[in-house]
Amino acid sequence: MTNTVLKDQVCLTIPMDRDMELVAAKTGSVLAELNHFNEDQTEEIQLAIIETCINAFEHSQSEDRQVFIKYIVKADELECKITDHGVGFTAEDHHNRIINRQQIHTEMRKRGWGLEITMNLMDEFNIESGENGTTVSFIKRTAS
Amino acid sequence: MANKFDIQVRAEHEYAVLETAGYLNDALGEDLSKKAQELIEKGYTQLVINLEQTALINSIGISILIEIIEALDERDGTLNFCGLSATQERTFRMMAIAKYAGIFPDEKAAIANF
Repeated sequence: MTNTVLKDQVCLTIPMDRDMELVAAKTGSVLAELNHFNEDQTEEIQLAIIETCINAFEHSQSEDRQVFIKYIVKADELECKITDHGVGFTAEDHHNRIINRQQIHTEMRKRGWGLEITMNLMDEFNIESGENGTTVSFIKRTAS
Repeated sequence: MANKFDIQVRAEHEYAVLETAGYLNDALGEDLSKKAQELIEKGYTQLVINLEQTALINSIGISILIEIIEALDERDGTLNFCGLSATQERTFRMMAIAKYAGIFPDEKAAIANF
C-alpha cells in the first residue's frame, strides 16, 4: 500500500445549530483517517473539535451564528483552526464560568471542561480572542 | 440533522444496566438521566452504564452522567461504567469521574465489582 500524504487544507462553515458540531467532527475524522492517524487519535481529534464548537455555540454570542473551521493537513499532523465572530473572552471570564457551577464534589465540576479537554488531548493549543471573535487552534501529530 | 440514539434498560434483582447507543450529548444524556432516575426511585442503587455502542460523548453528556453519580451518591449507591474507549476513559479520569464511579472494561466486571 502506498502511503499518500495529504498536503492540503479544507474549510468548513457550520451554523450554530443542534448537532452541527458532528459535521465538523466527522470532517476532521475523515481527514485524520486519510492521513493515517490511529483510531484513538482520530477520536481525540473529533472530541477536541466537538468541544471547541460547543464552546463557540454556547458562549460566543456571535450575531452571524456561524463557526468557521479550517483543517490544515501536513505530513505528520492535522491542525484545526476554529473561529467564531462573537464577543471574545478572557481567562477571567473562563474562570468565572467554572467557579459559578455548583456540584457535590468540588473537583468533579459539571461544566466548563471544553478547553481543558481539548488542551489535554492535543499536542499544541492556542487561543486568540478579542472583540471581533475567537480563534481556537490546535494540532495533533501522528507520532503523539 | 437527526442524532440516532437509543437506551436499553435491563433491570435485574439487585442492579440495573443502562446500555446507550449514539452520540451522548444533552439530548441522549437527559433521556439517560430520566431512565436512571426512574430506576433509583424504584430502589435501584447499583447501576451500570454500558457505553460500548456510544462512539462519541461530549462534555455536556458527561455533565449529565455526573448528575446521575450525585443522585446515587445521595442514596449511598454506586455507578459503574463499562465499554469506554481509551479516549473516553482518559476524559473521565481527567474530569475526576473515576474517583466517584467505577470504570471497568466490560459489563461482567462492572457487575462483579459492586
